[in-house]
Amino acid sequence: MKFISEYRDPVTAGNMLDEIRKTVTRPWVIMEVCGGQTHAIVRSGIDQLLPKEIRLVHGPGCPVCVTPLETIDRAIAIALRPEVIFCSFGDMLRVPGSDRDLLIARSLGADVRVVYSTLEALQIARDNPEKEVVFFAIGFETTAPGNAMAIIQAEKQGLTNFSELVCHVLVPPAITALLSSEENQVNAYLAAGNVCTIMGLGEYEEIAKKYQVPIVATGLEPNDIIEGILMVVRMLEDGRCEVQNQYVRSVRHDGNVVARKAVAEVFEVTGQKWRGIGLLPDSGLRIRKRYASFDAALRFDVAGVEVDEPEACISGKVLQGLKRPNQCPVFGTECKPEHPLGATMVSSEGACAAYYKYQPLS
Amino acid sequence: MCLAVPGKLIEIYEEAGMKMGKIDYNGTVNKACLEYVPEIETGQYTVVHAGFAISVINEEEAARSYDAWREYTDAAARDGVDVFGEPLDKEGKIE
Ligand code: SF4
Repeated sequence: MKFISEYRDPVTAGNMLDEIRKTVTRPWVIMEVCGGQTHAIVRSGIDQLLPKEIRLVHGPGCPVCVTPLETIDRAIAIALRPEVIFCSFGDMLRVPGSDRDLLIARSLGADVRVVYSTLEALQIARDNPEKEVVFFAIGFETTAPGNAMAIIQAEKQGLTNFSELVCHVLVPPAITALLSSEENQVNAYLAAGNVCTIMGLGEYEEIAKKYQVPIVATGLEPNDIIEGILMVVRMLEDGRCEVQNQYVRSVRHDGNVVARKAVAEVFEVTGQKWRGIGLLPDSGLRIRKRYASFDAALRFDVAGVEVDEPEACISGKVLQGLKRPNQCPVFGTECKPEHPLGATMVSSEGACAAYYKYQPLS
Repeated sequence: MCLAVPGKLIEIYEEAGMKMGKIDYNGTVNKACLEYVPEIETGQYTVVHAGFAISVINEEEAARSYDAWREYTDAAARDGVDVFGEPLDKEGKIE
């Protein structure tokens, strides 16, 4: 298909890499925010093809990886109830909670089902009126419109046995938190193309201005990423701090206005805990009061479950770009995809999993 | 969780009161909700995320970035090598 092959052309990549080499004169640290980008970078070895001046660090861009431990524990507590069918994206099943994961809950008898879309969970609710169907609504701004739509539709269809356990995280507040940190070493950002497709560029323009960092909304194909790096390097070398759009084929300046409206109808912004990072103000979404009957945390009274993160795993540092996965002392030994210690080893988009799969020795 | 690959809308239909579409990803057909891309028409490409179409691909822009890349490509092709120093007729490592 035309649109795939063009964005993976190695010749194009080579020429853009040449252009990057010609442009760069000083060392720069660039963070890619999206886990899909991390995966593409590590898989295609982009990090190793860049001139030595450029260091890529991997950001917090995988919603599975940043879902806090207590949310997993809440999910398991709900899933274990006999009246519940618990629906989730497949990636979440093996994310370790305090003492078990959703797969173990399933082996203990919980009805845990993998769905590809929240609309499938709605269908399961229609088909099983005697059961409580709960959808594990995790994700960034990209997933929120779908999860909002499910609630709007559930209300329209008069479904009273559907609810969502919501753990939505927002990307710009996380970038702001990283930029405000004393440990910050990042000079520029590649923003996640699909998040910008929904949200547009407005929030990034404020960040670029306030913190004086160049940001480029970037697609997920290898050539998109290399072009995004080239655009960022040009701005860094010129001392410009703008927001540019590499992913023009999908990102419009105001994002997807219809989707944003639906999200604002159902959800409101709230403080949110990020696994390994901690509480970040205004970095999450919760269900508005008007739709409270669809809030699984209230319906099953698990909002009080709170736990602390274990010490051993350094995924918090990995998610902030302060450490690489292979700098973790248990990487590839005690911690492997078969028995992960942290969420970044579980998700297919987690940085630790990407390193383990594609660059285990580097 | 994020799918980079756009698919082509081949059919629009209604399901449970929602506008839905059949999306062709190079031979694999899947369904997606079209409520967030009301302007889409069959034959257009769309980015789908967790079962929801989130944008209509701007073909003009897609073609324009491609043209810019094509210029680089042509320049390198004249040297007969790709990024990895491999002859152009060999398969590249980026896929
Ligand atoms: S390798 Fe495992 S233990 Fe180490 S940071 Fe990654 S997920 Fe955590």
